Amino acid sequence: MKPADFEYHAPKSLDEALALLATHRDDGKLLAGGQSLVPVMNFRLARPAHLIDLNGIAELDYLREDKGVLRIGALTRHAAFHRPALAGPTGELLRQVVQHIAHYPIRMRGTFVGSIAHADPASEWCVVVRLLEAEIVARSQRGERRLKAADYFHGTFATALEIDEVLTEVRLPVLDRSWRVGFYEFSRRAGDFALAMTAVALKRAGQKISEARIAIGGVEDRPSRVAAAEALLVQGRSPADAAGAVASAVRPMEDIHADAAYRKDLVRATTERALAQALA
Amino acid sequence: MSWIGRSIRRFEDRALLLGRGRYTADSANGAAAVRFARTPVPRGRIRAIAKPDGAMIFTAADLADVKAIRPLLHRPDYIPIAQPPLARERVNYVGEAFAVVVADDAATAEDVAESVEAEIDAEEAVVDLDAALAPGAPKVHDAGASNVIVEGRLHTQGVDAAFQRAAQVVEVDIRSRRQSAMPLEPRGGHAAWDEASGRVTLTCSVQMPHMLRTGLADALGMPEAELRVIAPDVGGGFGQKMQLFPEYVVLVWLARRLHRPVAWLEDRHENFLAAAHARDQHYIVRAAFDAEARLLAVDADIRCNVGAYSCYPTTCGVEPLMALAELPGPYDFREYAVVARGVATNTCMMAPYRGVSRPVLTFTLERLMDTAAKRFGIDPVEIRRRNLIRKFPYTSASGLVYDEGSYLQTLEAAATAIDLPAFRREQARLRGEGRYVGVGFSSFSERSGYGSRAFAARKMDIVPGYESVELAMDPSGYVVARIGASPHGQGLRTTLAQIIADGLGVPPERIRIVHGDTDQTPYGWGTFASRSLVISGGACKLAAEALARRIAAVAGSLLEASASDIELADGQARVKGTDKAIDIARIARIAY
Repeated sequence: MKPADFEYHAPKSLDEALALLATHRDDGKLLAGGQSLVPVMNFRLARPAHLIDLNGIAELDYLREDKGVLRIGALTRHAAFHRPALAGPTGELLRQVVQHIAHYPIRMRGTFVGSIAHADPASEWCVVVRLLEAEIVARSQRGERRLKAADYFHGTFATALEIDEVLTEVRLPVLDRSWRVGFYEFSRRAGDFALAMTAVALKRAGQKISEARIAIGGVEDRPSRVAAAEALLVQGRSPADAAGAVASAVRPMEDIHADAAYRKDLVRATTERALAQALA
Repeated sequence: MSWIGRSIRRFEDRALLLGRGRYTADSANGAAAVRFARTPVPRGRIRAIAKPDGAMIFTAADLADVKAIRPLLHRPDYIPIAQPPLARERVNYVGEAFAVVVADDAATAEDVAESVEAEIDAEEAVVDLDAALAPGAPKVHDAGASNVIVEGRLHTQGVDAAFQRAAQVVEVDIRSRRQSAMPLEPRGGHAAWDEASGRVTLTCSVQMPHMLRTGLADALGMPEAELRVIAPDVGGGFGQKMQLFPEYVVLVWLARRLHRPVAWLEDRHENFLAAAHARDQHYIVRAAFDAEARLLAVDADIRCNVGAYSCYPTTCGVEPLMALAELPGPYDFREYAVVARGVATNTCMMAPYRGVSRPVLTFTLERLMDTAAKRFGIDPVEIRRRNLIRKFPYTSASGLVYDEGSYLQTLEAAATAIDLPAFRREQARLRGEGRYVGVGFSSFSERSGYGSRAFAARKMDIVPGYESVELAMDPSGYVVARIGASPHGQGLRTTLAQIIADGLGVPPERIRIVHGDTDQTPYGWGTFASRSLVISGGACKLAAEALARRIAAVAGSLLEASASDIELADGQARVKGTDKAIDIARIARIAY
């Protein structure tokens, strides 16, 4: 379990990193927290000829709220969310979700933005990015692009990022205090990959729900919103009805851990439980 | 006050907790790195092996003088299978080593091993247990008429009659999937040649250093005296580390051939792939019950996927034959028909793993009980109550003698502890609310502490069983106990010291247990099968009694009393009922 031979680069600035990536393109791989990349390199499933380490680039290490947007730089570790990063429902949601990401030592090193770049279908942060319809900032020597979450995820480990782009920042729109949030995940063991998860955000207007968002992950090859189920909640239908709508809308992946029917059943349950939290 | 049973701090823990344990890898500094090239093909004939230029690589052709590992069971239904140290003519499972690479460091060795290419004519492989039993299935080995390489049968006289008069016949079909023990420290060894003595010292992560040395010496055709095996701190074994693995044969061969130290430190991936697996089993069990839900007879078809080879020394019979003998468990039935087969497939070798078959057969029996309870419409506790063994000693339908047991009392205690009737009422109430809560009961009986007779009954060619201890008090009054068992986390350094302390009347801190080194300890079989405290502990008790008699003899002569009037306690020898006493340490000095 030693990685295949590679050349290690430690750029000190983003420009330097972009230049390296532009040079090595397919042969280059970016290292942030390394919690997914390094194991697959050790298994020799990934064999980048050039490893470009972002950890020395101070300008990528930030987490701040700025005009209603939480700006998460590429070196922000999962552990930064162990305590609410900001007051209100968004900070609370992130604090709740982070507990489900792998284990403590992994959260100390792995990064939020790295999870979005990696785009594992069972990634919790990818679901949050869909739920909040975040903006994803990609930089290359050609310039900067701002991608919408809805267009960003293309499938398992597949995204809209180009080969010479560095995902430098994720911009989460902050929910105001009229929103209530909930998150529920099912995995076989604590810290393991989710077989199904649901994140919800509900905007309350008196006894009514004026706006509803339901995002799911671990079920299909990418995180998604389920508009049909969201609409039912706004119409005043029950959480059980909405959860049922989620289950009938999804086209689940099948693998050794769960077949499609089981994943449908799980996502129905995770949705109902996430909604129960938000409505409590 | 007795030391046995007292809760004291474990002597072994301080170094381990401080990170100062000594593991195999700790002794490997400066050694050349060894890496095995392993096949991704489950079955095929080797046509050629292409070695990259400039690298040090050996294949089966280089090891022609090394004997295959060929463990034996003296049973007519056992077909011996030979496992070459490196695949010779064909490969038989994914992960089988066909070449070994020696390089200056581990990363280079891994790079080189990856570039060694075997040209293999792939053949149809059989990996599934039931598929391997099907007529016309590809045969893994030429020997034998089918893939069944060990088969145990038993059929008591009244089985058929019992099924005829049964009120209910209940059947369960249980499939358990392949597991791996996954010790925190994978396998590994460091083999060093000593020019002065012409000996090799193999330091390795194993549960049975003496037995390993015997197997290695046999395979390599060398005197055991030229080989020293050391098991230092071992990071978990669970049965996976009680085999003579071909990798260790190759390591010692390399040290003798190259006259330089070599180290193979398995990584996790390799451990999953190529260390022994376990419990890939299928049980089809029919049971005859009378009208009162009492077991009359059991008819079991036990199938164990044993992989491509037979493990040394326990053989591929270990899972099926254990299951055959132990299936009755804590339940009383007189008629028993069973066929237990070990089936060869193109998969990694099976070996003993904690409990050996009993986890699966217990699950099977308990499913049988629950299924039958449902059929009869009685509570799962009630059906167990009616069927647990009550009278002891008891001889099972498979011939095992149970000296005593409290199966029924334990069951009743468990049911009382949770107030079962109250739980059932609460369960019914919650069910009305759409909430499902449940309770399960499981009884089991595990035979452990195997001695020579129990192992001999298995007809193993290598019969482990006894343990020995060499006990000596030095002139300072401290005691060294050299044991053949090989603890690796069981705490024997503490518990054996407690046993000896009671025998000698000295505190356990004065007793040092030496283990895991064939140069320093008497022959013993190692630590496995929940046997060390019983067998090695028994040896320690007897040795302590013998030494105590000698101490008492010296004390008697010094105190002018009869040796039989001397008692040993609190570090002193005392004439019973008097205040005449002498320190045991003083006795040691005088005796020397």
